[in-house]
Amino acid sequence: MEKFETLTAIAAPLDRSNVDTDAIIPKQFLKSIKRTGFGPNLFDEWRYLDHGEPGRDNSKRPLNPDFVLNQDRYQGARILLARENFGCGSSREHAVWALLDHGFRVVIAPSFADIFFNNCFKNGILPIVLPAETVDQLFNETEAQPGYELTVDLAGQKVITPNGVEFGFEIDPFRKHCLLEGLDDIGLTLQHADEIRAYEERRRQEAPWLFQS
Amino acid sequence: MTGKTVYDKLWDAHRVREDADGTTLLYIDRHLIHEVTSPQAFEGLRLAGRRPWRTDSVLAVPDHNVPTTNRRGGISDPVSRIQVETLDSNCREYGIEEFTMNDPRQGIVHVIGPEQGATLPGMTVVCGDSHTSTHGAFGALAFGIGTSEVEHVLATQCLIQKKAKNLLIRADGQLPPGVTAKDLVLAIIGRIGTAGGTGHTIEFGGEAVHSLSVEGRMTVCNMAIEAGARAGLVSVDDATIEYMHGRTFAPKGEMWERAVASWRDLVSDDDAVFDQTVVLDAAELVPQVTWGTSPEMVVGIDAVVPDPAAAESAVKRGGMEKALAYMDLKPGTPIQAIKLDRVFIGSCTNRYRGSARSRCRHPRWQGRVQHQAGAGGAGLRPGQAAGRGRGSGQGVPRGRIRMARAGLLHVSGHERRPAGAGRALRLDLEPQLRGTPGPGRTHPPGQPGHGRGRGGARPLRGYPSMIKSATEYTENTENVLFSGAARSACAGRQQSVLSVYSVALL
Repeated sequence: MEKFETLTAIAAPLDRSNVDTDAIIPKQFLKSIKRTGFGPNLFDEWRYLDHGEPGRDNSKRPLNPDFVLNQDRYQGARILLARENFGCGSSREHAVWALLDHGFRVVIAPSFADIFFNNCFKNGILPIVLPAETVDQLFNETEAQPGYELTVDLAGQKVITPNGVEFGFEIDPFRKHCLLEGLDDIGLTLQHADEIRAYEERRRQEAPWLFQS
Repeated sequence: MTGKTVYDKLWDAHRVREDADGTTLLYIDRHLIHEVTSPQAFEGLRLAGRRPWRTDSVLAVPDHNVPTTNRRGGISDPVSRIQVETLDSNCREYGIEEFTMNDPRQGIVHVIGPEQGATLPGMTVVCGDSHTSTHGAFGALAFGIGTSEVEHVLATQCLIQKKAKNLLIRADGQLPPGVTAKDLVLAIIGRIGTAGGTGHTIEFGGEAVHSLSVEGRMTVCNMAIEAGARAGLVSVDDATIEYMHGRTFAPKGEMWERAVASWRDLVSDDDAVFDQTVVLDAAELVPQVTWGTSPEMVVGIDAVVPDPAAAESAVKRGGMEKALAYMDLKPGTPIQAIKLDRVFIGSCTNRYRGSARSRCRHPRWQGRVQHQAGAGGAGLRPGQAAGRGRGSGQGVPRGRIRMARAGLLHVSGHERRPAGAGRALRLDLEPQLRGTPGPGRTHPPGQPGHGRGRGGARPLRGYPSMIKSATEYTENTENVLFSGAARSACAGRQQSVLSVYSVALL
């Protein structure tokens, strides 16, 4: 998992409440054998004017010009501003994979659905909960100023606006540590690689038949 | 110091480290993989720039998407084909042993593990499939895992686990003739409920269990998950060791002697402490039949459909009422009076040769059930999802009764049909396909669990990928079951058999 360092990036405002995971990545795309490649179908039903299916060339599909991610000023956005209960609905981890594949590393919202929230940390996305009025303010400022960039300082636990205004946020210390260090469960286990090797060495003596191929 | 259970011994032997809160890094000896739950795990490895920790612990076999007729033509469904090809290429890339589609050793992952001696007593065995508990029949600690855990085991050879509690289910005495492993495990689930094993590892013990063939033990352990337990196991005895002798991956020569000496210790000590113990009198058991939508809704063949009014709680009563409405059954109906319209023969749990060899042996029940089945006009398609198109005069399948055993039913006037013809699919196989929706794993509408098996109203018509997977799965099972000598040994029986039950139990 990529380490999360301080991020300064354009913020894209998705002004809807209760965005569910089927809106984030519609079910027909779950047939994939990969966890990458979902980016072009992120928010598929809102983003395109036609119906999407896996295997289609998305570059040839008609874009919905009104959808926020299709607007020039939000190209390259890595921070998503969202409303209440973001990521509700089915538990599919594909929703997080799609956001990540599109380039998002941070989602800021007043609240998140629980499973989605947890899935974010497993995949290196930082979900930030800020008070509704703060999120409102960020929405307003983003929409008012093209090129508006936010800075997310995970170590300092703050979101900083271009004017230098800082908003602090809470995060579980262990999850913060994992994101800062780029540690997923596997990364954490591999910190004990020496112990695993020592165990194997011992077992190889005790029960060598377990190590025959 | 108090004694240890088999589970305690297996756990202790595989503990790499343990945190103060009990979080344990558990070492995995055997990792079985198949094409459905492994692709994203391999991709995750690649994305993180990691390599498998110990490829010689991994054995791969495509089993969910493999066609069972004319494999030379390859796989026609593109999604299935891509999954199988992805497994092939991942195994090639990392040097993992794979029994490919056309390898004679190819088969269902839970059958080939023991068959090849890739599952050995004393091992920890995992696979991305909830019925991995099957391997516990050999004194192994075996359980199913999700895709993220598949990746974790590939990368680290370990899993992050917390220890479960010990539950002993002891079946004393001998099963009467014609009462099988499947009846035993259903009776157990009927007793403790589908959540009875939650948070526990079940040791199935007692004379009745140890009198079972290893295949029968596999059937029992397979259904540990239906009792809520992630793992079920049987301690090692002579039958276990005899079964393992000479298997391809089993140790040989002096190493075999050493292994056997160590396996002999895989029994629970006399003074071992179990958190819970349940005792059954196996000699009292009769063939079991489920009447509802859950494996715990089960009674003996000599009983009647129970009355929800007698349920001990409102919740239970509600569940029973829904199930009865769903099954279109009335309380008080004798089980033997239920007419069968369709019969499904062969199954996932009873997929082992031992079950296939079972016959209509039960002297008390055979005649009556035979009569009823005949009256119902049963259709029979061994090893395949049964069901017939509507408008055939016999209607869509209503044979929802789950006669959960081999050897119970003789079906006269049956009909055999070739594979692959389009028809309504009974939901029988759905449980094998249940779980994370994904390629070829479409969910039926409505909530999972309730809703399976309703032939009349909700067969899986209109879910072609499901029908395909389901038929392939059973066909595949049949190939495994009836391969070689077993096939000819069973050939006569396939026409008169046998095991009737809806895999909805699984």
